[in-house]
Amino acid sequence: MTDISAVTAEERAAKEALTTAPSSAMIEDSHGHVTNTGISNEKLAMWVFLGSECLLFGGLISTFMLYKENNEAGGPLPSDLYDIPFTSISSFVLLMSSLTMVLAVAAIGRGDHRKLRTWLLATALLGGIFISGQVYEFQLFVKEGMGFTTNTASSAFYALTGFHGVHVSIGIVMLISAFTLSARGRIPTGSESIEIIGLYWHFVDVVWIVIFTVVYLIK
Amino acid sequence: MSLTPTEAGPLALPTGNGRGPARNPLGVFSRPRTTTGWRSWVTTVDHKKIGIMYGAAALVFFVIGGIEALLIRVQLATPSGQLLSADLYNQVFTMHGTTMVFLVVMPIGSALMNYLIPLQIGARDVAFPRLNAFGFWVFLAGGLMLNSSWLLGHAPDGGWFNYAPNNGVAFSPHHGIDFWNMGLIMTGLASLTGAINLIVTCLNMRAPGMTLMKMPVFTWMALVTQFLLLFAIPVLTSAQFLLMFDRLFGANFFNVEAGADPLLWEHLFWIFGHPEVYIMILPAFGVVSEIIPVFSRKPLFGYPFMVFSGIAIGFMGWGVWAHHMFASGIGPISVAAFSVSTMFIAVPTGVKVLNWLATMWGGKLRFSTPMLFAIGLVSMFTIGGLSGVTHAVSPSDTQQTDTYYIVAHFHYVLFGGALLGFLGGFYFWWPKAFGYALDDKLGKVNFWVILIGFNMTFGPMHILGLQGMPRRIYTYSDGYGFNFWNFVSTIGAFIIALAVVMFFANIVVSRRRARAAAKVMAADPWDGRSLEWMVPSPTPEHNFDEVPVITQFDDFWHRKYGEDDKGRPVRIAATADVVQTGDATDVHLPSPSYWPLVLAAGLPIVGYGLIYNLWLCLVGGLFVIAAIYGLTLEPASDDEAPHDHGGHGPAGDDTTTGAEAAPEQEAALVD
Amino acid sequence: MATDTALTATGDHERADGTEHHHPPDSYYVRIAIILAVLTAIEVALSYLGAPTLVEVGGLLLVMAIKFVMVALHFMHLKFDSKVLTRVFYSGLLLAVSVYVAALLTFRVF
Repeated sequence: MTDISAVTAEERAAKEALTTAPSSAMIEDSHGHVTNTGISNEKLAMWVFLGSECLLFGGLISTFMLYKENNEAGGPLPSDLYDIPFTSISSFVLLMSSLTMVLAVAAIGRGDHRKLRTWLLATALLGGIFISGQVYEFQLFVKEGMGFTTNTASSAFYALTGFHGVHVSIGIVMLISAFTLSARGRIPTGSESIEIIGLYWHFVDVVWIVIFTVVYLIK
Repeated sequence: MSLTPTEAGPLALPTGNGRGPARNPLGVFSRPRTTTGWRSWVTTVDHKKIGIMYGAAALVFFVIGGIEALLIRVQLATPSGQLLSADLYNQVFTMHGTTMVFLVVMPIGSALMNYLIPLQIGARDVAFPRLNAFGFWVFLAGGLMLNSSWLLGHAPDGGWFNYAPNNGVAFSPHHGIDFWNMGLIMTGLASLTGAINLIVTCLNMRAPGMTLMKMPVFTWMALVTQFLLLFAIPVLTSAQFLLMFDRLFGANFFNVEAGADPLLWEHLFWIFGHPEVYIMILPAFGVVSEIIPVFSRKPLFGYPFMVFSGIAIGFMGWGVWAHHMFASGIGPISVAAFSVSTMFIAVPTGVKVLNWLATMWGGKLRFSTPMLFAIGLVSMFTIGGLSGVTHAVSPSDTQQTDTYYIVAHFHYVLFGGALLGFLGGFYFWWPKAFGYALDDKLGKVNFWVILIGFNMTFGPMHILGLQGMPRRIYTYSDGYGFNFWNFVSTIGAFIIALAVVMFFANIVVSRRRARAAAKVMAADPWDGRSLEWMVPSPTPEHNFDEVPVITQFDDFWHRKYGEDDKGRPVRIAATADVVQTGDATDVHLPSPSYWPLVLAAGLPIVGYGLIYNLWLCLVGGLFVIAAIYGLTLEPASDDEAPHDHGGHGPAGDDTTTGAEAAPEQEAALVD
Repeated sequence: MATDTALTATGDHERADGTEHHHPPDSYYVRIAIILAVLTAIEVALSYLGAPTLVEVGGLLLVMAIKFVMVALHFMHLKFDSKVLTRVFYSGLLLAVSVYVAALLTFRVF
């Protein structure tokens, strides 16, 4: 969608002439388009979006913080049911998926398409394991008597971790889509799309870092 | 939300050679090519057409919201009014507030920002044209869904702020508030995508030489507004999701019986809601900051102060939300802290007012219609701002809370501020957008009528409020002393309605006259200062024949005028020699697309599904997913592949289709 | 070409020609991941130690912040990328933290 930076040759020359003036530098992004910051529109947009996501998750985390010890409606609290070793392992899995993701980005930077697909698949798989773990945890909690509507703490717990789970799932869909496109040769070397998906993926991981500590570990 | 990352162009498929009908990857639609007729509007990705559609939709909603306002005023004109039942009154005032905030003032801001930002920064379009189109359609879908509640039984009745626990199923058992939720989540999505888009546009797509501190003040205020939207909308969205879970799936976030704290909603709502206030007013501040210098023939006084006070308002707007909650028992320390921060925010606002006055001081003033509206904003907003300071003082706020005094205050800042500014903006930029000017004489009458009507409607509300008349009551008894001023206020409301009719009449008359005269509109009818006046009127599809190289603030003005030794402007070039002709032919523009509309049409299906039947939700969900893939896989432009850049081909030994794409990419004009 | 230009941020005016110049070698990322794993282990251990609440909560939040920043800096490349991105992202983050902490303070959650 960056094609509207369409410029005629003269304008391009004019812009390039100006790059020597530091304050008005026009820098090419990695697709050869001229942007003021030197960052592609897509990547900047992703970061801007992630900045906004902080506020979304912040709202949900705060809601949980407010309600985490509130079971006036009866039923167990989330903290009564946590299985810390289990959650630690799934946190570790998600952390490692960040590693495989960054390796996928590095692979496409080198033009190593086979490795790119390997790492994409590994990332999706680790994400899938994490989600399976979450589903397992949820149904265990429900069996132990803490459903979504049991009390305010349980509602807040499921809303927060569920929102995060949806984000991970969307990430998995994106990874698989990228894998398919790459297998069909549609992701050329130097394409930024993997890096942008990666930013999203790492952000989801970073949110889990916060959730793991704030929700699970701090009593 | 998942569509942002995959928007990335590199995923785009290579397309055909530009001859013959291009098929998109999913093979559902052939690529739209028309540039005229209704199809060119529904498929457009042109920021100007999208801006105009935002404006048109907002004006339609303005009429709806206005009718709701008149119903309220008729009901309250006399004691024991009989027009509306208590239940209907709740729906009407809720929808009046919600419509005016989310479907009128915000989208008029979007209309101006979409139309003007690319022109003012010297760009050919926004950063993500299709995302922009999606934003408009999803806004429209949200607005229609919200208003469809009138037809489907019961409109929302919780007030525009929809406080808990009153918004729960127990107190509002019909689906009105669910429509409120779904509709506003959709308009929120529109605001969020718009914010991402316009922030990237401002940061990345300025003309060469246009540093941030050379951007016009309107664009600056728009940028601050977009950052506020970016960070405020998700707060509301998270609150709305919680409420949706409560209402539709039995969660307990605002269920007081289960021990929930209803103040949670108030906090989340006002953390969004106070920045929202500045989201509505800052674009109007930007508009008058453009109008006043032009009609004073002077540069804006204290440009950096204007910019930084705008940024300061943006920052401080986040630290004052609890002044909406002084009466809710948040504790003396919180009240004191938020009281102080609220008083402080008056400082940057005062800086702006003083700078506008200083811009006019000693200027060669022309009182054309846009200038009248701008001055109207400055004076009426100042009144509203001053009554605002009185609520910052928490003891006096405790008296004023939930009285008509508050209603008076926020109409002075929103109607007297934002709306007067926007009307001035319409009169100012109308020639640029449509190629004919609105009649100035009629415009002046329009201004005076609206000013008188406005003050008659909302001025008395100060008195009523201090007399103790509460907000949101559907009637009052005789003998409280409310009768006279309520009646005056109702007359005022009809005078405003008359003014609105005059505005529409002006459009019709001026348009007819312009057609008959068949005169070509000048590019620069007001002797303007910023870049949008450099292109012909109406703006050609490609905006700039050649992107101008900027050397200073008000660059276009300085191409026309130098200064004599006393600093007075001296003509150095004829306007006709400076403006562009608009006849460039070799400019590639993003191609129209059906997908933004299709994607936006899927979301209300999900919304209705959540309310009525989850299977419908599944259908809508599949629809949305298909549309996201369609949008993502469709190349942004059908006769050029946007991401080639010569230096290296689509390398990689296994990229066979990539290699096929290469010849087309070679043809791209980008390089 | 990415592997041998580790850890150097590109100059602003360097033409980014589509390949990532400034990406460190894979081993670098593996090292970061190991550190992150160890930090996670420390966190879990800390939660079992039964230290005084202030130490435990403070320690957990500290380690959490370190992990957060490490992922952002290294995996998300903020260390190597334009400062604009850092500013945009952290302004959202800081805003979220300050606004929500202030709101929770009015509830006297802490």
